[in-house]
Amino acid sequence: MKKTAAFALATALLLGTAHAQEKVTLTVAAFPSLDSAIKAILPAWTKLHPNVTINLQAQQFADHHNAMTTALATGQGLPDVMAIEIGYVGKFAEGQGLENLNSAPYSATQYKKLFTPFTIAQATSADGRYIAMPTDIGPGTFFYRKDVLDKAGVNPVNMQRSWESYIASGKTIKAKTGAYLVNTAASVYNVAIRTNLKTGEGIYFDSKNNLLVGPDNARFVRAMTLAKQIRDAGLDAKIGEWSNEWYDAFKKGTVATQFSGAWLQGALQNWMAPDTKGLWRVQNLPERGFASWGGSFYAIPSKAKNKQWAWEFIKFMTLNQGSQITAFKDNGAFPALIAAQKDKAFSEPVEFLGGQKARVLWRDAAAKTKPIDVNKYDSIADQILQTELTNVLEQGKDIKQALADARAQIARRAR
Amino acid sequence: MSQRTAPRASWSYTRFQQRFAPYLFVSPFFILFAVFGLFPLLFSLFLAFHFWSPLDGMGNWKFVGFENFGLALGPTDMFWKSLKNTLWIGLLSGIPQHLVALPLAFIIHHSLRRFQGTLSTVLFLPYITNAVAIAIVFATLYSERLGILNYLGGLVGLDPVRWLGDPNMVPYSVAAVVFWRYVGWNTVLYLSGLQAISEDVYEAATVDGANGWQKFWYITLPLLRPMMFYAFTLTIVGSMQLFEEPFMLLNDGGGSGGAGLTSAMHIFNTAFRDLDMGYASAMSWLLFLAIFAMSMLNNYLFSRDGGKK
Repeated sequence: MKKTAAFALATALLLGTAHAQEKVTLTVAAFPSLDSAIKAILPAWTKLHPNVTINLQAQQFADHHNAMTTALATGQGLPDVMAIEIGYVGKFAEGQGLENLNSAPYSATQYKKLFTPFTIAQATSADGRYIAMPTDIGPGTFFYRKDVLDKAGVNPVNMQRSWESYIASGKTIKAKTGAYLVNTAASVYNVAIRTNLKTGEGIYFDSKNNLLVGPDNARFVRAMTLAKQIRDAGLDAKIGEWSNEWYDAFKKGTVATQFSGAWLQGALQNWMAPDTKGLWRVQNLPERGFASWGGSFYAIPSKAKNKQWAWEFIKFMTLNQGSQITAFKDNGAFPALIAAQKDKAFSEPVEFLGGQKARVLWRDAAAKTKPIDVNKYDSIADQILQTELTNVLEQGKDIKQALADARAQIARRAR
Repeated sequence: MSQRTAPRASWSYTRFQQRFAPYLFVSPFFILFAVFGLFPLLFSLFLAFHFWSPLDGMGNWKFVGFENFGLALGPTDMFWKSLKNTLWIGLLSGIPQHLVALPLAFIIHHSLRRFQGTLSTVLFLPYITNAVAIAIVFATLYSERLGILNYLGGLVGLDPVRWLGDPNMVPYSVAAVVFWRYVGWNTVLYLSGLQAISEDVYEAATVDGANGWQKFWYITLPLLRPMMFYAFTLTIVGSMQLFEEPFMLLNDGGGSGGAGLTSAMHIFNTAFRDLDMGYASAMSWLLFLAIFAMSMLNNYLFSRDGGKK
């Protein structure tokens, strides 16, 4: 059966080449700012395949993923190429509506070694199907305001050594400059639960679907304890991300450090705080923690009409060095393709970061990031734990009790 | 044998028109209702007894009986908390709405009649304002460091309040927005109710020497009962389904500690973020039952009161 199918597809592909002049319209569904990268790459694609018109359907982030979920549920209105953000790729991988790229005619196994390794695990389902090709990644990094640290006489290397030294430095910064250490104590919790995971261990579940959250898990106890220490010492500004206060803190330097994906540099430079050019620096996360912080993928729905052209398009977006560099230059999308990371643009200094050669640092961080097992119940666990963390921080709930309650709630929902 | 002609006659165009055309003309509503009303309703009832992720596609559902309902009614589940949040925000916004709207409508009707048109328009504006615009404006008002509220508070020496950050404050902050948005709507409802009351009654009361308060208490209130019942019902149903305002102000998590997470938001998250359609459907039906029970209670309280008088 498989052979017949492969033969049929090969014939179709040959026919496709034979009728090269035949007009094809390929539907690509994406979200901002990936759509901007696609638009930037389109001229190169059109030059190569003048007969294949790309119909780009871009929607807002949440709308796009809701629309794709509905389309996969009903099998109606599916695009030929589907962009998926990292927060959804684990869930989409567990569903049955996307092509397994491991099998013929895609045979994507040969390309896997060309990408930053941890992205492959993210797009692989528990039963080993590989459903999407990575296009960009978000290496986790530690932003700090050099001017604020200098004023406080704090050495950034000390802040990176351990969480304890990070908090101690925060106390100095607060005392000497009045600036807060971090936007919210929850940020430190979020980094601490995501770093230094053992092989086969996910954030909330291990590779065998065992729930890891609980009062006996040292990683969660420590993460919540650190957050509590920061809150009790008055070191966090208690402001949420993507709020007016957050942008204002960046502009005024009232918060000294921020953990984020490398992409934050582009956002700071372009719209959040362009006037702070030269004041920021980056380094690796504390305690040699490496974490992935964002990323995008392309997949082919099983019910897509133009699978062979969809695959050609995905290969052009992800495996073509030129496309990856174009996307990087367009909006700072950090290439998932290792070869593209070797481009000379990466060793150029970043003016916004005071001429620091930050991209080299991010490249190394991405290479050192270990694959994390994703689970379809991650979002449920995440929400329940965020609520319990607030109970700990705002209402003085006991950490062990909060983790025991979280464990009970997650276990009920993860069926 | 005479029947033989009857069927033939029924095929005539005129007979067809008389018999079926009315159905054809009313069919658009029924077709639309069946597709967009009845089908989702039945499908959600079906899903409430199944475990289904939409990503598995149609047909790949697993029958789980009452498991989804058991899950929602379990003591530790978020559903209870969201229901408690919903009721609390509903009380905080709903009761003041009517306490303000009713006297306001009375005052406008009796003393400011010249401005009635203008005032109705002004009061109605919040109701038709886009939720996104409201969220942006209120997020700016509520902003802890940059907001007008804390700035004004600071002028009189008050400490800054974390309107949307402190879990204890969140229900009040959300309720204030809901109150602001719907108080005008209720006022307009009561105004139209007042206009239906005959002036003769008031004139007779004036002749009998009744003062303004007595007129309000003994004439306006009893005669407004049908409109009050209607407005209360709308408030109850609307409060229980509260979604837009907290969602726009606090994002899908419901703010700090989920203090502003309403049942409708929790159902939305469960369905579209956690992709657990069965559980979300079960909660929708439980929410429906809760709304139904509260509406019946409202109905009972109004009719019992009416019986006494």
